[in-house]
Amino acid sequence: MQKTIESSGISKTFGTTKALNNISFSVDESEVFGFIGPDGAGKTTLFRIITTLLLPDEGEIKVLGIDAVSHYKELRKNIGYMPGRFSLYQDLSVEENLNFYATVFGTTVEENYDLISDIYSHIEPFKKRLAGKLSGGMKQKLALSCALIHKPKLLVLDEPTTGVDAVSRSEFWDMLGKLRQHKITILVSTPYMDEAMRCDRVALIQNGKILTIDAPQKIRDGFGRKLYSVRSMEKYKLINSLRSYPGILTAYPFGDSVHVTFKNDMPEDSLYDLILKSGIGDVTISETQAGIEDRFLELMNKGIND
Amino acid sequence: MIDVFQFNKMNDSVISVHNLVKKFGSFIANDNLTFDVYKGEIFGFLGANGAGKTTAIRILSGLSKPTSGKVMVAGFDAFRETEQIKKNIGYMCQKFSLYEDLTVRENIILYGGIYGMTKKLIWERLTELLAKLKFREFENRIIADLPLGLRQKLAFSVAVLHEPKIVFLDEPTGGVDPITRRQFWEMIYETASRGITVFVTTHYMDEAEYCDRISIMSEGKIVAIDTPENLKKQYDAATVEEVFIKIARPVIN
Repeated sequence: MQKTIESSGISKTFGTTKALNNISFSVDESEVFGFIGPDGAGKTTLFRIITTLLLPDEGEIKVLGIDAVSHYKELRKNIGYMPGRFSLYQDLSVEENLNFYATVFGTTVEENYDLISDIYSHIEPFKKRLAGKLSGGMKQKLALSCALIHKPKLLVLDEPTTGVDAVSRSEFWDMLGKLRQHKITILVSTPYMDEAMRCDRVALIQNGKILTIDAPQKIRDGFGRKLYSVRSMEKYKLINSLRSYPGILTAYPFGDSVHVTFKNDMPEDSLYDLILKSGIGDVTISETQAGIEDRFLELMNKGIND
Repeated sequence: MIDVFQFNKMNDSVISVHNLVKKFGSFIANDNLTFDVYKGEIFGFLGANGAGKTTAIRILSGLSKPTSGKVMVAGFDAFRETEQIKKNIGYMCQKFSLYEDLTVRENIILYGGIYGMTKKLIWERLTELLAKLKFREFENRIIADLPLGLRQKLAFSVAVLHEPKIVFLDEPTGGVDPITRRQFWEMIYETASRGITVFVTTHYMDEAEYCDRISIMSEGKIVAIDTPENLKKQYDAATVEEVFIKIARPVIN
């Protein structure tokens, strides 16, 4: 089967910054593929190369079987791109924006309305309102409608959920799930680690390099050690106390607990003694399952130590 | 079970809000808010887009006055003593906090001056900060050239340079890498353990999990306020995100 995206050895340098360093990956048709990584990891640069807006310094990139460097014009008709910052004309109304995007791509809103109806119906009551006056969640729905209106085969979403509240974020992922039935391949980036679970496969990316690529559950399963969750109300004291214990490999704050790995993969009695002596109250230790962020930390540390 | 009363070890309200109402014309942005935040507490202030968080924070930081109600911040009245409030708080947001074309050193000195600190004190804090953050090598670099993680840590340190009673943080760790994120939370814990109250607003429900207590706003009202653990129990949810989705309605208008 033809891959929707095939990238091998992509590199891109800006001045002295290596934004992308030998990026190779492929995306299958109808897949929801996520790039997960912090700001500055290279997500936007990579997406700009995939959407033919930027040329790579090195490497090859094929999108929908077409070379993204030499045949970019052909490709653009088949890609829907929702950039992180700008994609709406603030001084045009909701329906003017949508009509504009349809016209640019030589189609009409009516022709592909079935594709966006689920999403657009939320904002249609406000179609006369200027895009600049919409709330964050509504802007996001309009931008997605505009990126879809020419029925692209590949939808590229650069941090679509950044700055959007949790309710709208959850709705947004539900919408992306529904697009699957239209056989649209979705490439999405996010700094929110928890959103990885909404993708079929994800690539963890940091400093222009891919740390790993796999199904999210497999990435979690790849965590190399037993992970323990240690809790106490006195978190700051607890972290310092844990770090002073020689049997500890890593101790990181994680929400209301501290995630800990031990050299011997289990807490020993001497740890309880230490905690007792430090006078921290109500400490509980239990084994826990690693999440994407635990794995990301593990891979980052591995990269630093290598 | 330990609950909010652990903060009674100080028994000090640093923020005390009673029946706060803020109207813009006929629109009620804050509808009768009542809550306290204690000394040394890490408090998460959550809500959907448009729920009224920004309005409340502007009042708590002395930038806007309530329509009615009683609001005390750091011991000062939000009606009459807004200037004293400003002197006793720190603020850091993700987008802008530091001057990008000034060096690390210049930013620290500038903020120290704005906060009205003495030259001697600024000098002491500068030396202390550069050593603590292992920032010596970056001292004379402009902010624009710093890695994002370092920038965030510096911005936080600058926000508490004058040892305020409260520091307001807006999405403090959004978009930073997981290691830096944890170093940042440890800085927050350390600050809170010194008795500075940390008031966090965020869309990042992961961040809410780190707070001692959180409140959730919806349509101008506080609809929930408790420890993350108690809220998860009460709403039978595995994460704060689930709690949020269950109770916070997004505003459609």
